[in-house]
Amino acid sequence: MIDLQMQWIDFPNKSSNVFHRQPLLWSVIGVFGLGIALFPIPLTPHRPVERNFRVDASTFEFTPAVLKVNQGDVVNIELNSADVVHGIYLDGYDIQVTAEPGQAAYLKFVADRSGTFRFRCSVSCGALHPFMVGKVKVGSDYLLMRGAGIALLALIAGVFGFQK
Amino acid sequence: MLARVFALAGFILVILSSLLGTPVGSRNFAIIIVWIAWWASLILIAVPLLGRGWCSICPIPMPGEWLQNGAVLGPINNKKGFGLNIRWPKKLRGIWLQNVSFTVLALFSIVVLTQPHITGLVLLGLILVAVIVSIIFERRAFCRYLCPVGGFIGLYSQVSPLELRVSDTSVCADHKDKTCYTGNQDGYGCPWGVFPGGMVKNTNCGLCFECLRTCPHENIAVSLRPIGSDLSQARGRKLDEAFKAFIMLGSAVVYSLVLIGPWGVVKDAAFAVGSFPWWLYALAFLLVVYVILPGIFYLAVRYFNHTIAVNREPARSFIDYSYTLIPLGLAAWVAFSLSFVFANFSYLWPVLSDPFGWGWNIFGTAGIAWTPYLSGLIPAAQSIVLILGLFWSIAVIRRISSERNTPILSPEFQPWRIWPLVSYSAFVTVGLLWLLVG
Repeated sequence: MIDLQMQWIDFPNKSSNVFHRQPLLWSVIGVFGLGIALFPIPLTPHRPVERNFRVDASTFEFTPAVLKVNQGDVVNIELNSADVVHGIYLDGYDIQVTAEPGQAAYLKFVADRSGTFRFRCSVSCGALHPFMVGKVKVGSDYLLMRGAGIALLALIAGVFGFQK
Repeated sequence: MLARVFALAGFILVILSSLLGTPVGSRNFAIIIVWIAWWASLILIAVPLLGRGWCSICPIPMPGEWLQNGAVLGPINNKKGFGLNIRWPKKLRGIWLQNVSFTVLALFSIVVLTQPHITGLVLLGLILVAVIVSIIFERRAFCRYLCPVGGFIGLYSQVSPLELRVSDTSVCADHKDKTCYTGNQDGYGCPWGVFPGGMVKNTNCGLCFECLRTCPHENIAVSLRPIGSDLSQARGRKLDEAFKAFIMLGSAVVYSLVLIGPWGVVKDAAFAVGSFPWWLYALAFLLVVYVILPGIFYLAVRYFNHTIAVNREPARSFIDYSYTLIPLGLAAWVAFSLSFVFANFSYLWPVLSDPFGWGWNIFGTAGIAWTPYLSGLIPAAQSIVLILGLFWSIAVIRRISSERNTPILSPEFQPWRIWPLVSYSAFVTVGLLWLLVG
């Protein structure tokens, strides 16, 4: 008979655990962590410009695969398919375009959101289609910076946040 | 039982569609069900929450079990079972063979998970091996010692909040027949070859619940517990499991680079099996998984032991602290899987209506267009998962170093000296963040 119980394993009692938290330090670390995760980062002002990219798609890569723009730029992508029908779907912006071989297709958008956004092929083009991926880097990648900052904070907390 | 029937029916359709259906992966039931739906369910839900829950309904060992039992639904412990029932050789016990089988599969995985007929042949191969092993050896020897999936499910089941344990070991000590292991008229002896009375970790428990049926004293129960409890259990830590942690972490790193990165040349290399670029890819994969990641970790452990003036055998310390990478590896696999699961989940609707890609429309969903789900939220979700994995890994580092370094045993030990181990986890996390989110 299946008997579902709520049982909790006792953790080692405090006298055998050499790590004791330093409450003040942990409070400071917590505040820093929230700040890194949530504090709005002032943008470096850039005058928006119009940027044009020609992207060639072939099985199974985009060339170039990484596009760099500043936040606010107007981005024009000319997609050319070298072999079979390919497409571009841009994560986060939820826009897409499809190009037949020999016939360019165009995608235009305003890069109003900063970060790194993957674009992926939107038309089944062969075996590695799900992994045919490129990136648009808009401004600074604050998500990556925040993640790395919190990882560093975790390192500091893990190393210095306890006393004997 | 219903879940097992459902899994078996799905498995049969997977095999048929993989071998007879369209070669276009995104339109083939086998590819979408196995590598999107099943994989998502496994790594995002089943493994973290239910441990070896999948193993309790996996269809691969079923034919072998029917042969061993001499029946599909027949009497318990039917003496008309077919098989030699030889005990698995002692020298081949542990999960080294599973480490090898997973590595082999991993080297060919880009082809396996994109080509329907290859997926089908691999699954057929696994079921064939399972049947042969069941005819020769006792119990679920394939599942316990050979299955490439079972190796990492077992390892990660240590973090599950679900456990099956005896309530009172003294009852087991007084019970001479040990029917949980030998079986009786109420059920079979543990198919996993585990004695529940001595079980301290989830690693080898397939959650089949046979022992709940066969225990005459109702001394076995399924319980909820704090997540990750088995990681604090010092008993049973072994080198094969330690290396499994590196295999899983390393393969997540390599796949994140190859499949989610923008570099077409490495994708082509990983796909072109047998070519010179593929051999380079295979070599790089093996180096990362078996040499670079464990090698750097070994140096970190040795330096840590040196700074706390502990004269402990390096191999023992390496094994113990490798378990701190289990939450990190699980987080890495969850984050990596998020990269493609939700983006491609919408392929499920057409293949449900047209599993072979023959133009059917059974449920009227064949025409549903590909639509990525939650694309704007995935990077944030991946970041949160990886950071949580890092915090968890650090917590386990703290716990394991506590058990080995009390002030009496290691006078030089200061908590901050764990920095080499914490740094390792932090750097791997940042690396994965860059690969997946950056």
